[in-house]
Amino acid sequence: MHLLDNESVAAGTRSAALAQASSVPGIPVAQPPSMDHLDELEAQSIYILREAFARLKKLALLWSLGKDSNVMIWLARKAFFGRVPFPALHVDTGKKFPEMYAFRDRFGKEWDLDLRVEPCPPIDAVDPTLPPAARSAARKTEGLKWALNKYGFDGLIAGIRRDEEATRAKERVFSPRGLEGEWDVRDQPPEFWDHFNASPPQGAHLRIHPILHWTEADIWAYTKREGIPIIPLYLAKDGKRYRSLGDQDITNPVASTASNIDEILAELDATKIPERAGRALDHETEDAFERLRVAGYL
Amino acid sequence: MNMILPTASISATPNGTTRPQVRIVIVGHVDHGKSTLVGRLLHETGSLPDGKLEMLKAVSARRGMPFEWSFLLDALQTERDQGITIDTTQIRFRTRSRDVVLIDAPGHAEFLRNMITGASQADGAVLIIDALEGVRSQTRRHGYLLHLLGVKQVAVVVNKMDRVDFSAARFSEISAEISAHLVGLGVTPTAVVPISARDGDGVAEHTPRIEWYKGPTVVEALDALEPAKPLAELPLRLPVQAIYKFDDRRIVAGRVESGSLKAGDEIVIMPTGKIAKIKTVESWPVTPVGGPQGAGRSVGITLDRELFLERGDIIGHSGQSPRDTRRIRARIFWLHDKPLTKGEQILIRLGTKESRATVVAIEKAIDPGALSNEENSAIARNHVGEIDISLAQPVATDPYTDNPRTGRLVIEVNGRIAGGGLVLSVDAGRPAVPIDIVPVESALRPDERSARYHHNGAVIWLTGLPGSGKSTLARALERRLFSNGGSPILLDGDTFRAGLNSDLGFSPQDRTENIRRLAEVATHLARNGHIAIVAAVSPSAADRAAARRIADSAFREVYVATPAEVCETRDPKGHYAKARSGALQGFTGIGNDYQPPAGNELTIDTSNRSVSDATDEIERMLATTGILFDELTDLAANI
Repeated sequence: MHLLDNESVAAGTRSAALAQASSVPGIPVAQPPSMDHLDELEAQSIYILREAFARLKKLALLWSLGKDSNVMIWLARKAFFGRVPFPALHVDTGKKFPEMYAFRDRFGKEWDLDLRVEPCPPIDAVDPTLPPAARSAARKTEGLKWALNKYGFDGLIAGIRRDEEATRAKERVFSPRGLEGEWDVRDQPPEFWDHFNASPPQGAHLRIHPILHWTEADIWAYTKREGIPIIPLYLAKDGKRYRSLGDQDITNPVASTASNIDEILAELDATKIPERAGRALDHETEDAFERLRVAGYL
Repeated sequence: MNMILPTASISATPNGTTRPQVRIVIVGHVDHGKSTLVGRLLHETGSLPDGKLEMLKAVSARRGMPFEWSFLLDALQTERDQGITIDTTQIRFRTRSRDVVLIDAPGHAEFLRNMITGASQADGAVLIIDALEGVRSQTRRHGYLLHLLGVKQVAVVVNKMDRVDFSAARFSEISAEISAHLVGLGVTPTAVVPISARDGDGVAEHTPRIEWYKGPTVVEALDALEPAKPLAELPLRLPVQAIYKFDDRRIVAGRVESGSLKAGDEIVIMPTGKIAKIKTVESWPVTPVGGPQGAGRSVGITLDRELFLERGDIIGHSGQSPRDTRRIRARIFWLHDKPLTKGEQILIRLGTKESRATVVAIEKAIDPGALSNEENSAIARNHVGEIDISLAQPVATDPYTDNPRTGRLVIEVNGRIAGGGLVLSVDAGRPAVPIDIVPVESALRPDERSARYHHNGAVIWLTGLPGSGKSTLARALERRLFSNGGSPILLDGDTFRAGLNSDLGFSPQDRTENIRRLAEVATHLARNGHIAIVAAVSPSAADRAAARRIADSAFREVYVATPAEVCETRDPKGHYAKARSGALQGFTGIGNDYQPPAGNELTIDTSNRSVSDATDEIERMLATTGILFDELTDLAANI
């Protein structure tokens, strides 16, 4: 199996550059380096992760193994100086690609994660009025509820982004959930100036979205800059690649020739096809995705 | 010589260009056409996903209604049904020179909290006005809130010009009215643009129908809005988010809100005024890092000495530190259903600091949407006003005119953000420079006082249920000691709550603080030879133990052990009746939250004896425990 791992190479380059920037006595001090777009995104995400860790009692990070949650883990390691100080929760539908499981098993260890793998209930346990793909995806919502009950987490860190999908665009960074994990989109609290509503009622939990303000292109540019390993399914093979990874049976590859991150970025710059085009559940009915999210889906 | 090179500014933006990204919020009165403008902008700038327009046109046809540009944004089912934007939506597109993040905020008054959530993230704003309806309440209110949120770049768009036959006169009229309103708030519009969002006039191009207009189009006006810059020029402000001890390092983590820092800097930690030096700047995967860290960076530092600091402290450079204060004046907006009134207990968040606080005054409470500036005594929902707040703990802050990042606060009620605003001024409670506390001793010796009063100093702590007779006994004792030439002083819990302790409520923490302050004041009096008589329910055994530690050997605890039934029949302040009816929450007496003392100096049940009898007994106890004496020989024995 082939895993991309340019982590050590990129880290080495950066360390050399950073090592030069030490101050010399007697010489006027250099201005602080200005921040580029990725620096700003990173600093904001780190701030959010640290706020979550400071204000909630029992946190977990939802690790879906995809590009977004890998970036999130990387940011958490930056925020907490190398080690993620809360569990990484993989709510496993059992239907992921073999490459994804291999990735989980390898990097769960290499990144020293407190990995918790939790199963999802069978399809029969899920709302039969949902269309087939959405119903399949809703298993994850149920699995999440089980895990919440089992561990009593009061905060779940999730890697959703505003640019992915219209209902996600309306999310708060700290998003309160009801006792059943449901999202009340009509009564979201105000959130401004990086002050977050972090007091979930007894028995309820909060979703924390540290990369809400990132775009798909940001994720790739940052993955490249930092040398974060990725699952090779994202790169084109036989004219196709996955833009978004979900369950095998409800995720389709898109036509692409991008065989590295630079080519992915060039492709994204030109495309007008949405990222989740390969996700069947988004397209079944107009409101299927919203119904899922109101019920507690990510 | 090695030159120092910036390491971070050279990488390209994700799309491979160097275009700046600006975040722009679109605000205005409901139905004045915000979502329509956004839909049109997406179309005009070629930003729509393939097939999206066709899909929405098909949906409209299926629903039997004409296509609207606003459908593009109103993606939620609930919104399409009601035809209004409930929450903010963010959407991205590109102009010639900018990557734009457009934040579409709801115009409906009911959803002002969402407008604020959206607008607070913006570098600039577009304020949209219906040419037919003109300036309305939400237009004015949103204008006012932009000012309070610190959004200084505002472009005005006069929409639906097609409904007024593209009248230049009508445009000038509206332009003059809104410009006057904004300038009054200290905001000069960057442009005022006549458009028809539905038809496209003035959005991306000048059309013959608005040939009389020579200013920028909407797209050009957006191009002129600048991204907010980090506050690099201001003094360092690093609010502490947390202290991490994951390994042998003790890392102080936070985000540099302004200025910059580096290893070796001399710093002051406010509000305590402690001084230290930055030892290292920690990072990951490479650590430590050299060179300065500027505004906007999330950093971690270690210090050259072990000292106590905590989340909420603000680190500044020596000589340029923020103020410390317990008293703040702020201009705020209010979002809670229940109006904010004088005397209310609130939770304040300033940076990473949280502190309980009391509203001690309210002024200039107005509806920013109304034309008249009629002032109210309370700040109603969606209104604004100025408040004076008294904080339970000292905090570090700056007036917002000195530092817009550390000079703003939010107010929380029941764990939910209920308002926010700008710090107008702070009353420095103590000097902002580090100081050593040097207590000044009294000019008089304790024996000089004892010789005059015929007693030593003492804290007589009367504890017991409400209605048990503490105040009655305290007053009788005060009279008795005074008649004998002594210097008794009554410290009544309720009296203190009306003044010194008026910032405290009845939570366990507040009760603890209430008792601590009573004990401190009483002990100060006792050390100066007076007999402080404290009458306070003081239900918590732990709190009374703390009071005893403060007063030490001067402490005399008297348990007024009148049975609860008797206390309730007396009910001198009517509290039991209120508590029984549910009108008084957290009242000690009808619950079982009173913890009777053990090891107290005296127990008195007032249900079966007279006041003077009980006073005698306290006096005897004071005599046998070395507080009162009749003869100078006794005095000598007690020195």
